[in-house]
Amino acid sequence: MSTAYQIVVCGSIVPDPLQTLEPVASPTGPALKNEMMLPAVLDPWAGHALYEAANLAKNQPGSKVWLVSLGPKAKLQQVMMTVAQKVPFELVALDGSASGFTDATETAAALADAIAAIPGLDKSKLLVFGGWESASRGAGATLQIVGERLGIVDQFQGVDQLTVNADGSLEILERIEGGKHQVSKCAGAPALLGWATGNLPEPKNNPQVGMVNMRTVMPALQKAKPTKLAGEGLSFASVALPKQLRETQIVKDKSPDGIAKEIVEWIKK
Amino acid sequence: METILVLAHTENDGSLAKSAREALHAAATLHKSLADSKLLVGLIGENIQAAANSIAASPVTKYFGVTGAEFCQSRYATDAAAAEAVFKAAQATVVVAPATSRWARVLPGVAQRLGGRADTHVTGVAVADGKISVSRWYYRQRMEGVLTRTPRPWILGIDPGSQTACDCGAGTATVEMVPVNLTDANKRTTVVGIREPKADAQTIRPDAQLLFVTGAGWTKKQADGQTHLPEAEKLILGFLKASRASLGSSKSLVDLGGEGQAVLPFLSHLNQVGQTGATPRHAKGLSTCCHGEEPHTVGWRFIGERRAISLDPNCGWARGKADVLYVADAFAVIAKVNELLAAGGTP
Repeated sequence: MSTAYQIVVCGSIVPDPLQTLEPVASPTGPALKNEMMLPAVLDPWAGHALYEAANLAKNQPGSKVWLVSLGPKAKLQQVMMTVAQKVPFELVALDGSASGFTDATETAAALADAIAAIPGLDKSKLLVFGGWESASRGAGATLQIVGERLGIVDQFQGVDQLTVNADGSLEILERIEGGKHQVSKCAGAPALLGWATGNLPEPKNNPQVGMVNMRTVMPALQKAKPTKLAGEGLSFASVALPKQLRETQIVKDKSPDGIAKEIVEWIKK
Repeated sequence: METILVLAHTENDGSLAKSAREALHAAATLHKSLADSKLLVGLIGENIQAAANSIAASPVTKYFGVTGAEFCQSRYATDAAAAEAVFKAAQATVVVAPATSRWARVLPGVAQRLGGRADTHVTGVAVADGKISVSRWYYRQRMEGVLTRTPRPWILGIDPGSQTACDCGAGTATVEMVPVNLTDANKRTTVVGIREPKADAQTIRPDAQLLFVTGAGWTKKQADGQTHLPEAEKLILGFLKASRASLGSSKSLVDLGGEGQAVLPFLSHLNQVGQTGATPRHAKGLSTCCHGEEPHTVGWRFIGERRAISLDPNCGWARGKADVLYVADAFAVIAKVNELLAAGGTP
């Protein structure tokens, strides 16, 4: 039995991980220095969620993927030029801050409202995907709140694998402590999955997919709803880079035998 | 006046994990600093009396419990229902919980149900001027923030390994049982098992003293112009066996495996440390054949003593990040280390 799913992926943008990041104080709270100038990428774990969603949609005929993304419109547009070439999806854009210092509850409220407003949404077919943590706030909290607001109580985090069984049930592998996976069986949609890395490589760019996606991406960006994240009741006393810089002792010209002996003594100490 | 609730789940054997005792320690710290505050404990599991007894000598004034076979499973729907019920019984304003995979899955959703807020990956708690503040990291462990909130309830997920474990003594605790009404909707998901490598193939050991980080250099061409993957595999696994270290890996090395190349097949994304991997806590770390600049080094942000082996004396991974950098061939050094460990026994 094949089930047609409505797969909604929540995912935003983050500064390119290779960039140097420096916190600064702004009138609205902490921010990153030159934040709007930093090159951005799709949040890595959200990216995995998107690729897994597209793969699932491909294998479950009739399924469709939406990407719901909250971020500054101009930056979203830049990132979508690349992401749109990866896999087919329809964008739902929200114009607001993608800062790591925003509040997960407020972000989740905006995302949940946007999902609920998707025309023709059928909750009995709904799978909400996203990264289990972002590379910005890294809270691992937003998706659970989205799920609660949508009334989804079958939730999974740190997901590395989803299998749709013949009877329509879902088998899900979640990361748990000690390099293990918990295996759960869920009756079916609706469910929410916060993805870890999954098993799929990043798809190659496909200009044809990009052209199809961009037909909906640009209109979605144009009508992106302005979203204010006020950070009610949240205040930061400080945000700082770690000051710890170690005085590295460089050991050159020592034989492997000598180094090995030193390392073994250190390990046993 | 704050009412502080420590919310913990029991392990399969009915005991409390170290992470739960760390959360209790953090909560007790807050309790001590906040005049007139109350410290309560809520326990969830199949049986919780032994766990409650194991911390009975703590300054906790009241214990709440949810028990039953349905609460043995690490499952969102039942865990959320149980946590919500305990919270309501305790009338807590601040909830302190260990950020285990089980609680990390459920606590933000519980905060939403209760109209409160949740902060996760908390690494420190403090009180100043009667206000609670917490520390946590942003942008994948690259900057640390200290924040406070006014909305209540405020749920704090304490990162395991970040606190001292409470060593409060045992006794006999009186637990008030809290009823939870579950419906079929709470049982649509069933935990059917745990999948893990065989004991001798498990390379992730959270309790190990040492983290052994392997970089992509292990798969590159060596001085003879050839790659030496079988030798690399033998050396790395030999070191893990002899040292009982936990294995971490750079993203680039793990990705090579994910792309189907026949390289170091025992590595998976679960081993990955850094920007899109784990940031484990170990007393010592030894990196080998790693390279890269600051963003890549967050993988050992929480490692105590650090040493590195690299052929590049200017390696950004090591300089300023490690205590000692050995400029040497890791193949030769680790081969000798394995010999010495084998001769001298496991540390």
